[in-house]
Parts: sequence; structure tokens; C-alpha cells
Amino acid sequence: MALLTVSGSPHVQSNQTTKKIMWTVIIALLPALLVSIYYFGFDALVVTLASVVFCVGFEWLIQKYILKTKTTISDGSAIITGVLLAFNLPSNVPLWIVGIGALVAIGVAKMSYGGLGKNPFNPALVGRVFLFISFPSKVAMSDWPIPKPMFGSSITDALSGPTPLLALKNGEAVNLWNMFIGATGGSLGEVSAIALIIGGLIMLFRKVITWHIPVSYLTTAGVFALILWLVDPSEFIHPTYQLLAGGMLLGAIFMATDMVTSPITYKGQLIFGFGCGVLTIVFRSFGPMPEGVSFAILIMNAVTPLIDKISSPKRFGY
Amino acid sequence: MKTFKKGGVHPQENKLTNDSTIEVFPLPKQAVVFVSQHLGAPSTLVVQKGDKVKAGQLIAKAEQFICANTHSPYSGTITKIDFATDFTGYKKQALYIDVDGDEWLEGIDTSTEIIREIKLDSNQIIDKIKEMGVVGLGGAAFPTHIKYMLPQGKKADYLIINAVECEPYLTSDYRLMKEKAEECLIGIEILKKALNVEKALVGVESNKPEAIKNLTNLAKNYKGIEIVPLKTKYPQGAEKQLIYALTKREVPSGKLPIEVGCVVNNIGTTQAVYYAVQKNMPLVQNILTLTGKNVKERKNLLVRVGTPIQSVIDYCGGLPQDTGKVISGGPMMGKAISDLSAPTVKTTSALLLMSEKESLRKEETNCLRCGKCITVCPMGLEPIKIAQLAENRLWEDTEKTYAMDCIECGSCLYTCPAGRPLLDLIRVSKNHIGDLRRQRAQK
Repeated sequence: MALLTVSGSPHVQSNQTTKKIMWTVIIALLPALLVSIYYFGFDALVVTLASVVFCVGFEWLIQKYILKTKTTISDGSAIITGVLLAFNLPSNVPLWIVGIGALVAIGVAKMSYGGLGKNPFNPALVGRVFLFISFPSKVAMSDWPIPKPMFGSSITDALSGPTPLLALKNGEAVNLWNMFIGATGGSLGEVSAIALIIGGLIMLFRKVITWHIPVSYLTTAGVFALILWLVDPSEFIHPTYQLLAGGMLLGAIFMATDMVTSPITYKGQLIFGFGCGVLTIVFRSFGPMPEGVSFAILIMNAVTPLIDKISSPKRFGY
Repeated sequence: MKTFKKGGVHPQENKLTNDSTIEVFPLPKQAVVFVSQHLGAPSTLVVQKGDKVKAGQLIAKAEQFICANTHSPYSGTITKIDFATDFTGYKKQALYIDVDGDEWLEGIDTSTEIIREIKLDSNQIIDKIKEMGVVGLGGAAFPTHIKYMLPQGKKADYLIINAVECEPYLTSDYRLMKEKAEECLIGIEILKKALNVEKALVGVESNKPEAIKNLTNLAKNYKGIEIVPLKTKYPQGAEKQLIYALTKREVPSGKLPIEVGCVVNNIGTTQAVYYAVQKNMPLVQNILTLTGKNVKERKNLLVRVGTPIQSVIDYCGGLPQDTGKVISGGPMMGKAISDLSAPTVKTTSALLLMSEKESLRKEETNCLRCGKCITVCPMGLEPIKIAQLAENRLWEDTEKTYAMDCIECGSCLYTCPAGRPLLDLIRVSKNHIGDLRRQRAQK
């Protein structure tokens, strides 16, 4: 008879795995990708695929030749970083810039800390901010490709124009419905509110994320923006636009909820979302740039260990 | 529906033996009976090699406070007194008995007649329970009589009976509640009298509607026994969680249930108490579920203590070809058996056979910090924090993260998507903390 396995209890485990979680996130990202392809054409697909290939490739190369460890690319986390990085870039970005962004995201922000689960900052956001600071003319916020539906005529004849946030900051009018469905300028993945919300619901339903971070993030941002708008409607943007425009939903649903870089307890997650919401509106309203989501989340990533320290759950029997 | 405060998981129930009636397992030819089968100080042997014993005869005596008597489950001859391996691989003193017929000691009522009238008073009951070697059959094997000798100044409000059976696969308590409910209820009456309380609460998980119905119907004839359906959620049967679910009282960390006026016993123990007090029969047998997805004949069996595990498996169609693990108890808290020649003990309530594939843990990855282990912990601990400190061998820090409050229910390891060995690391921490505390006490 073969030898019996002897191990500590429990002897059964749930069927949830790291791989399943990652692939659920990838599936949840698909609606936004499809809308993006619809409005920005195959450029969007090319940028996304390139970003994924770069991210997965760098992770594989680093593990194989530098760290000399088992490769873990099949867990799907590098694919998510790739898609999220692309989602934060305009569809007309040169591919070599995507490559540099992927190298920073995977090489610096993820693998140098020890790979999946060890990174303090969201890798895709680090990559995006690096590109944003290094190549402002290529990925800056002023000149975004204008959406051009695959079927039917384009909204304008122009090839590029301002994002809704910039337009709003300059006092121009923006169509709310277009922002909701995604027919607007902006980074690849952030334009369609409805697609991002569908993705969020998929993750919520599959229990990959909980409601705590998105709800506390968006509520805080909404309330804070409302207060500012009530104080001075001519100076500050209406809260509805704040919530729908720019990277707010992409950030609140997909970036801030990254379990690796956000607090572990529900209490901590509520604090984290609150911090993200306040910082985003502060950066957007008082900073020099129209966008503030990436910086808000990265700063909150940095204080996550501190939040973890003060947000232990109530213990039984004390 | 009532349930415990926080956390918990819901593993696949797999109650495959719900419908098999309790079958009496034939007596083995040779049996191995451990001298001590309880939690606490070892019992003192009172028989010698070559002695003839009868079923129900005392073979080891409790001479210290937390200790229990052991009786021979068989009539026959003691051929050897030696160390035998128990199912976890430890060597323990045991009697080897050549079984010869089934002659019980005089005064033991082996009939099936139900005796309802309770003649003994509180102290006599406790003495009787002690004499008959009754231990907690929920798994811990804690000598039952001690729970009823309340510390000075403490008073009990409730007797709590754990009939939850929240472990997947196990059905021995369920069959007991279907087939021998009245014996259990009389046992509860006896314990109520011993404890001098008005009320007994019997917690049963809602996935056993027939047991609830049966008990509720019969309980109408008894005053102060309430059958309470509880939500099907693991670990509903953990002592502190059960007390909370039934009374909303929270047992303070490091304290016993009596601190909040409760005494808890398992439903199986109530039947043992009934036999001890009403029929003068020591605890020498118990109901055992033999189950597993690949097992040919899954059964609920009435087995005498000291039956070789291998023979129970053979009786149920033999060990399936691809067996990878045999567990004594349920899949969440049971212990993996290393030696199938080991005998059953008083608390062997199940033998679970798992295939090689089922025996393997899922692939481990880095921790994702998803926090699921914290969400499911019924004690409000942060398993991942303790585990990380343990990986870095920072034992003093694990103590500060309240590792000692862990009840080892296994919900964290069960739920972890990254397959981290969370409970294993917490167990190691607890051992080290125990060492640290002993060292401190010596200073």
C-alpha cells in the first residue's frame, strides 16, 4: 500500500485560488477594453496587447535570468498589470514608451520587491506615473485621441482634443451621456463608466473585491466635490462630472481595490477609500494638473501598512 | 436564525451517510485498549498481564484530579501490557486483549429498555459519571465529571448541548439524534440535575431538519429542554461560538464557559451519561461514521473502544485503491492517521478516507493580502499577521497578536486562495508561546 499523507488540519480547502482571482479580474477588465476598441479602434487593442506582452515578458525574463526562480507568469497577475497600464495610456502612445512603462511597472514596482503580493505600490500606477513624468509630451493630459466609433460617423473631425476633465477645468461644456458610455477623450480604459461598473460588479459578484474601497472612495470624493461645488460653482467642477470623468472609476474599481496594495481589514479599507477620495479631489481641484487619481492611490498605498496597524478587527472575548 | 458573531465558512457538507442506520460492529478477536484515553493526568493500571477481564470491568483508575477511569470493552484475557502506537503515531501504554465471548460485568444493564426515572441526586450523579469513565465525546476527551464540579462562587445558568455537528461528512450525532433521541434527552435531564439548572439549550444546525423535528417532539415530555436550530455555518460547534449563538454571551479570552454561566457537553456525551447513570454501563463504545467519496460501503457503526482501525475499514469494503489520507474525525479539525493498525479510542467519532487527489493541498503562492483569513476568523484574529511573524520566527510578537486565542478551527487555511499554511504556522507559534510562558513562570 502507498504511504498515507499525514498533515495538519484542515484537510479540505476552498476552490478559490490566486489564479482564479487574477483571471476574474482579467475578465472584469474586458468590457472596458471592448468599449475602448470600439471608440479608439485597433490602436487600443494594439497598445493593450503590447503592454500585456511587455509585462508578462519582463516578468518571465526577470524570474528566469535575474532571480533564477520558478516563473509565476501563469498566475495572470502580470497580465492585469499590462492591461491596467495600457488603460492608463492614450491609444496613440508609441509602443516603445509602453515598453518602458512595462519595465518600470514589472521590474521596479513589482519584481524588485519580491513579486506578486510583496509590492507596496500598484505596479501599473507606478509605470503610468513614471511615463507621465518622463514623457509628458507623449502621454500628457492635454492631447488625447478623440473617440471614433467603429460603426457610424465620428463625433468630430478632429483627431485629438482635450479630455472632459481638462475641458471642464477650462470651463467648457461636456456631454454627460457620452462620459457614461465612453464616447469621450481620455486614456484607453477610463472612458466608459458603464463598462467599468460592469467590471466592478463582476468582481463583486465573484467575491474578488468587496464594496468597501469603491464605495468609500467614490462617496468621499462625491461629498467632498459637492461641498466645494456648493461653495463656489464657478470655480469647482460639479460632483457628477468629478465621479464620471477621468480615472476616477477606473481607479476606484480596479486600482484602489488591488488587494496587494490596499489594507487587509474592512475597517482599513474604508479609511483607505476615504483617503483616496479626499486626495483625488484635492489634487484635481487645487493642483496644477486636471487628474489626481494615480497620485492619490499611490500615496494611500504608501500609508497602507500604517492603516493596517490601526485597523485590527475586534477580537472575540475581549 | 441564530448563529455566532463573526467569521465562519461553509465547506461542502458531504453528509454521505445521513441515511445509514447505526450498525453494530462485530467484536474483534484481538483488541488494543489504551490505558489513558482522556485529556489530563494518566490513569493508574489496576490489572495485570494474564488477568481475565469482563466487559465493563475497571482496568485503569483515575487517581488525580483531571483524570478518568478506563474500562475493558471486552471479556477476555490480557495477553500483553505494552506500548502501542496510537493513530497519530505516539506510543502509549496499552492492554492487548484476546477477546473471548461477550460477558459483561454483573450489575451492568445491557438491555435496550429505556429507564426514565432518575434516582440519584446531584453529587451521586457526578460520582457515577466519574466512576463510569465518561469523557467529552466532542473530540477533546475532557473528563466530563469535572465540568460539573463548579469552582467556588460560580453558578451555572444554562446547560448547553452541542448537537451542531458542523464538520462535513460526520453523521454519527445525526444518527444518534434520529435513533436514540430519548436516551440523549434523559442524559440531558441527568446533567441538568447534576448541574442544578432549569434550562438546557440544544443547538442543532439547520441542515438536520429531521433531527430537529425528532428531538423537538420528544422534548415536549421534558421540562426546560429547548431545541434551537442554528444556521449551517462552520465552526458553529466550537464551544465559544456555540455559547454565543445560543445565549449571546461572550466567553472572555482564556476563560472557561462557566465564566458566563454555561457548561457545554456534546450530544454524544449525553448518551454516554445516560448509560452510565441509568444502566451502570461505563463508556466502552461509541458511534463511528466511516465515510469518504470512494468508500464502497459507507456506514454508521457502533464500535467498541480498542477495535483496530484497519478492521473497521475492511468491514466497509476495504481501503480504496487510491486512498491518500485517512482522518480520524472530520476534514476541518480531524487528525490524519499515520498507522491504520492503531485502535479506536473513546472519542473516535469518524474515519474519513480521502483519495490521493483530495489529500493534496492546493498550490502555494505568495500571500495576496486579500484579507479573507481575517474575514473568516471566528475569533477576530488576523491569521496572516501571526503567520508572517511565525515565518520570521518572532515568537514573542506572535504572542502579542493573540495567537493563543486561536481555536484551530482551520477556517483561515480552508479559505486562503494563496494556499498559505496559516493554521500550521499558528500552531507552531502557540507551541513556542507555551514554551516562553513556561520559561517566564520558572524565573
